[in-house]
Amino acid sequence: MPIQSSDDIVRVRQEVRKRAAEQGLGIVDQTKFVTAASEIARNTLDYGGGGSVHLEVVTDGLRKGLRLIFEDQGPGIPNIELALTDGYTTGSGLGLGLSGSRRLCNEFAIESEPGKGTKVTIARWK
Amino acid sequence: MDRIPILKMGRALLITIQVDMHDQMAIALEEDLTAKIAQTGAKGVLIDISSLEVVDSFIGRMLDNIAAVSRVLDAETVVVGMRPAVAITLVELGLTLQGVKTALNVERGFELISRRLQDTGAEDGGAGE
Amino acid sequence: MATADIGQSIASRRGEILQEWGGHLRDAGTLNSGRIKQSELDTQTREFLDLVIKTFSGPATDVESHQRTLRQNIGEISRSRAIQGFTPTETATFIFSLKQPLFDALNRDYAKDPAALARALWAVTELLDGLGLYSMEVFQKSREEVIIRQQKEIAELSTPVVKLWDGILALPLIGTLDSERTQVVMENLLQSIVEHAADYAIIDITGVPTVDTLVAQHLLKTVAAARLMGADCIISGIRPQIAQTMVHLGVELNVVSKATLADALAAALRATGRTVQAMRTPSATANGLLAPKA
Repeated sequence: MPIQSSDDIVRVRQEVRKRAAEQGLGIVDQTKFVTAASEIARNTLDYGGGGSVHLEVVTDGLRKGLRLIFEDQGPGIPNIELALTDGYTTGSGLGLGLSGSRRLCNEFAIESEPGKGTKVTIARWK
Repeated sequence: MDRIPILKMGRALLITIQVDMHDQMAIALEEDLTAKIAQTGAKGVLIDISSLEVVDSFIGRMLDNIAAVSRVLDAETVVVGMRPAVAITLVELGLTLQGVKTALNVERGFELISRRLQDTGAEDGGAGE
Repeated sequence: MATADIGQSIASRRGEILQEWGGHLRDAGTLNSGRIKQSELDTQTREFLDLVIKTFSGPATDVESHQRTLRQNIGEISRSRAIQGFTPTETATFIFSLKQPLFDALNRDYAKDPAALARALWAVTELLDGLGLYSMEVFQKSREEVIIRQQKEIAELSTPVVKLWDGILALPLIGTLDSERTQVVMENLLQSIVEHAADYAIIDITGVPTVDTLVAQHLLKTVAAARLMGADCIISGIRPQIAQTMVHLGVELNVVSKATLADALAAALRATGRTVQAMRTPSATANGLLAPKA
């Protein structure tokens, strides 16, 4: 799904909510994951200059879950460790979004290099 | 573009957020609200979020902003109806909404505001309502 | 010697193999508990054996997909065994008791060619052992699922939220709290706060012997969430040992806490503008309320 406008962020939230419900996640887990998705989508738009998200259903045999891969070709994050500390912000509000989102997901991975864009992968299991 | 309606109830303004808001709506709401507070001299702002299934840091900032601006204009903001799932998520996210008062529903929120109005009325020596 | 020969060898003695296999399973007591019927067992053995035959007889390109189907098949059988309460051994016996009949069949066909017999036996052993291990993994996971589900049910049953008065709820927690149970309980509490429009929720932990950092964190998160919703929490019944542990662990309880549930109730009543008063003529009223009608 594209993330090029704030309408897209709303669409991403609704789609993630729908898929999470389909995978049988409880309402609290759904809310946590959709909120994390919203935070990262917003980062992708505001900080990464727009990008896209790929949704996939995942399974490890018996558990079912949902994985999202956000990608952008923006400026990248120079210091990922720093960006992941609570309360860190570059003024564009990058702070809370990342560290908070990590707590809301079962899996959280971020790849980014200055000038090479950013890729954030998050997942939530039932 | 849809704008969120603002209702006047006595000395308070009531906003019910029922849709998944996108950024422009949020910004428009802040502007409309600020104007309306000044225009009506409202002393309280009630924001009903009982229909909101997701509150992310953007919406959280919006609520903080509205509370801050209202305070400057001598109005108190109360956010009501937060869903348990949303509350749990906000706590996990680390969003404390420090500057915002909360209540379980519109009725309680109104009571909160009325109490404050009574208090300030007494301070004015009966000059207020 | 192609695996197709193995497949043919098994296929040609299909009936005998099924009978022998069924006999072994019966001797092992699979049907004793009555949890599975003869007809169901027959279907399972038939389907499984046919899939094994397909795996050996089909073209090399199909082997992977056949093996996947085999795994799926045995996975489903193991899962249902686990849920029905069979032991791991009973479940594994399903596969392993097939070895003897298969070996017998191959023995008869390859008797004159020991080298080929060895290869054939190995091929079959490899396949069945792999499936046996997989079936154990699935069994294990399924058992865990059952346990988790039961834990959830226990959590919901044993910690009801009680209404003490208008706008005042109590949650008496009893027993040890693990992370999973605490989360379920807390979600219930928040939901009850909404349903009863409660101003105060008293979380009483008199019946909780130990509170570790994780549980303390959950408690604090719940208090924070309740505040965000517009209600307040009071924690009561903290035993001295727990208080000490928490201080040593560095857990800061930034919530009102009272020694007993009674104290907490009194505090909540006061906070909601109510007091409890003695009545003027207690004896007359007491008779009316408590004595049986003449």
